[in-house]
Amino acid sequence: MVERDLVIVGGGSAGMAAAIQAHKDGIKDILILEKDPYLGGILNQCIHNGFGLTEFKEELTGPEYLTRFANQVKELGIEYKTQAMVLDISKDKVITYSSVEDGAVEIKAKAVILATGCYERNAGAIQIPGDRPSGVITAGTAQKYLNLEGYLVGKRVLILGSGDIGLIMARRMTLEGAKVLAVCEIMPYSNGLNRNIAQCLNDYNIPLYLSHSVSKVIGKDRVEKVIVSKVDDKMRFIPGTEMEFECDTLLLSIGLIPNVNVINNTGAEISSTKGTKVDEHMQTSIPGLFSCGNCLHVHDLVDFVSQEGRAAGHGAALYIKGLLEGKEYIKVNPGNGIGYVVPQYIEKNNQEDIALKFRVRKPIKNVDIIIESNNEVIKKLPKLVMIPSEMENIKLPASLMEKIKQGDLNVYLKEKE
Amino acid sequence: MREFVCIVCPRGCHLQIDDELNVTGNSCKRGEIYAKNEVTDPKRSVTSTMRVINREECVVSVKTVPEIPKDKIFDVMDEINKTMLKAPLKIGDIAIENVANTGSNIVVCRDID
Amino acid sequence: MKYDVLVLGAGAVGAMIARNLSRYELKVAVLEKENDVGNVTSMANSAIVHSGYDPVPGTNKAKFNVLGNKMFDEIADDLDVHFSRCGSLTVALYDEQLKILDDLAKRSKENGVEVKILSKEELLAMEPNINPEAKGALFAPTAGIIDPFNLVVHAMENAVDNGVELYLNEEVVDIKKDNQDIKVITRSGKEYIAKIVINATGLASEKITNLVEETDWHITPRKGEYFVLDHYKRGLVNHTIFPLPSEKGKGILVTMTTSNNYLCGPSSESINELDDFSCDGPTLANVRASALEMVPSIPFNQAIRCFAGLRATCTRHDFVIEFAKTLPNFIILGGIESPGLVSSPAIGKYVVEEMVGKLVELKEKSNYNPRVKRYIRPKELSLEERNELIKNNPTYAHILCSCEQVSEGEMLDALSRSVPPRSVKAMKKRVRAGFGKCQGGFCQPHVVNLLAKHYHLSPLDIPYDSINSKIIIARLKEGK
Repeated sequence: MVERDLVIVGGGSAGMAAAIQAHKDGIKDILILEKDPYLGGILNQCIHNGFGLTEFKEELTGPEYLTRFANQVKELGIEYKTQAMVLDISKDKVITYSSVEDGAVEIKAKAVILATGCYERNAGAIQIPGDRPSGVITAGTAQKYLNLEGYLVGKRVLILGSGDIGLIMARRMTLEGAKVLAVCEIMPYSNGLNRNIAQCLNDYNIPLYLSHSVSKVIGKDRVEKVIVSKVDDKMRFIPGTEMEFECDTLLLSIGLIPNVNVINNTGAEISSTKGTKVDEHMQTSIPGLFSCGNCLHVHDLVDFVSQEGRAAGHGAALYIKGLLEGKEYIKVNPGNGIGYVVPQYIEKNNQEDIALKFRVRKPIKNVDIIIESNNEVIKKLPKLVMIPSEMENIKLPASLMEKIKQGDLNVYLKEKE
Repeated sequence: MREFVCIVCPRGCHLQIDDELNVTGNSCKRGEIYAKNEVTDPKRSVTSTMRVINREECVVSVKTVPEIPKDKIFDVMDEINKTMLKAPLKIGDIAIENVANTGSNIVVCRDID
Repeated sequence: MKYDVLVLGAGAVGAMIARNLSRYELKVAVLEKENDVGNVTSMANSAIVHSGYDPVPGTNKAKFNVLGNKMFDEIADDLDVHFSRCGSLTVALYDEQLKILDDLAKRSKENGVEVKILSKEELLAMEPNINPEAKGALFAPTAGIIDPFNLVVHAMENAVDNGVELYLNEEVVDIKKDNQDIKVITRSGKEYIAKIVINATGLASEKITNLVEETDWHITPRKGEYFVLDHYKRGLVNHTIFPLPSEKGKGILVTMTTSNNYLCGPSSESINELDDFSCDGPTLANVRASALEMVPSIPFNQAIRCFAGLRATCTRHDFVIEFAKTLPNFIILGGIESPGLVSSPAIGKYVVEEMVGKLVELKEKSNYNPRVKRYIRPKELSLEERNELIKNNPTYAHILCSCEQVSEGEMLDALSRSVPPRSVKAMKKRVRAGFGKCQGGFCQPHVVNLLAKHYHLSPLDIPYDSINSKIIIARLKEGK
């Protein structure tokens, strides 16, 4: 069996950043396995602007951003294979993949980084009432047809879910000649960035209906009509509030879910994000198996994906050098108002800065983010507004580690009087 | 007093601007500039794709540089849709010069060999 | 065109009849109104090969269920379809239900079906995730699960391989006596003339029979809504789990499928329209509650799809299998609801040998081959076998559906067969691309492009299912 130091599954933003960092840290025997015919992952179809403000201090489109990383991968001579689909990863880090070039191959790796991105929640997961005709499509799939192939999937469009891809697609489809009738969101607040509501909906007079959802899809062959109803605080449809939209397309932007199919057989611990649990080096509960990017938890900014990829690349390099053995960990617990925190574990004697990433459960104003260990507040950050659609990314300097190592780390919100 | 959400970066600050063009609610200088422009001469960046005729089923992503006046968006789109490109293309290549008389160019955003 | 036998409908029953007809020196055609075979009731059901313990003894349902069940090992092998005799458990949740289990056991005996009454302990040993309050169960070891999509596709493929003609998108609008023959007219205006016409149109069987003579039975569609769960891990249940049957049917079952997914359903509600396949929240909530009562740990957050199927429930409460009273060469199959799928091979054999055989001479073909060409499934091969396959055909290395790990080679193979997929859904039914948790989000554009290339069409012309269910509306950037 072929043996490699580091195999990275997925050649998108997380995978490329991980490879570059591991290479910088001295690991030269690296292989990236990418299922698509090109590096870059989902950024290939994200042709809109807004990437790179942290990484490059300028605003880039998805393809421009990914090209900068892809060029680095190529310049460093890091090996990558495209159209190579990983089928399985075993607990002892044997990777099975299939590619036209190599056939079905098993590789034994010292370390593996999972960077497989996410998939879209779809109609099946939320059981949209009514018919199941053609024309009900996830926003990302419509985006792929539109931006990579030049095909429009609908002319009169209703969008369910105010996730960023849905908002971006509302603008894209409008620009390309479709009529976007409305965006409806079951929650009382939007799940997209404020800027996207401003520049993708408001600019084009597309209404956003909060606390509304699709109560019925009607259509035999193709979508003909969609009925939207207001929901109460328990998300039940309120009779009498029905609005009827004549349309040919129902675009779904109802969430993204980490894609971790290929590690099902490893038994790695899974968190509430549906990705794996990790430590500050992005190492999962399986020693030598790392995870980063959207397959760990869904990000809203690619710059943070790259940052996390680097953490995983760095961690994998340490692991390969034998520097992550026999460690003890403390737990990081999400408390009041916090949905989840990444990482879930921190090594007790960690000497490096740590990025704590988390989301709030619901929009909240005037709070302090409290980071507490052993009943001692070790960091307190005031926040005017926090919303679930914005991931918080807080740096915990290495200098605080002395205080942390005593017990679990609790992250919670405290409302101000 | 006008209020709107800043679109300069993903932060999305809630900006207020009064008649004397005093801006509040911004977190950076760029937000202040954005707010002033938004009331005097609103501009937008447009991203789209253009067909590459000498490659099989190929479109390439493009953007406006610099931003164009907001009311010219659909004029710019018309020109983008009408114009065909030929590979090879490099990031930064000018696809359309002075698009729709805006003074801005349409610039290629990915390499096509 | 003139035929010896014309089969109307390419569901499980129509396909099995066609396959049985293809053994003989007969000119046969099958007309199907849908854009694929097995696209209505045969596609949306529990996919269970029932043991036959439950139908009333002496009925057609009992007879054909028991006969059909016994045929499945050979059928599944001949047609290369996934099948497993996993056995079924009919579970008594309350003490007073134990007596009903005894009654069912008696009925099983009358039907000639092997069953065993299990104690609570035996049940829990076999199904650790079952409601611990359960009191006992009726175990039917001969029950099984089948891939219903490929059962029909492969049966029809085998029929076509043996000379049967298949016409899709041909909806029957009129039937006329034509001297000694029968003339069938379709919506497209085509006329088909045959010595014998067999009505296997499922939900439409009453409507189609009424073109010939008035039925003394009626079909009221009974809708069943289901959840499909991802194949997240084995062992949630190891058998098909039924509650006790009622007048509404076999109740809401929990079962694994041949693809290691789990299925929960169906609901049971009488409806008026033959084409209402909609799902609704309250019904699904009931399905969920009933399933959880049986297996409390079902992870409904792993649900990847809901669907509804319609059963052709008939006022006779039994399968109608008979000659038309006024037109003796018109054979009627009506009210084939559950257990129709398991019965279909036995019905197919009976209709051909005992009914068609009464009207025409059945002369066996010398070159009849009951087996379909073997299907290659890289996922089920060892690494060495996989590479041997890939060496000869690299498209088997190109995986296009990541959730279900389906290769381009399998899709091309499906397209090369005698009943090729013409839609994204038809491809999904054959190779499982799009059946996973992303529901085609990643693979659909690949499948659309592959179909377009194969049929020399634009992607704009590729439908999701019916010919009018196009996916893409416009090609952009065409210039002026």
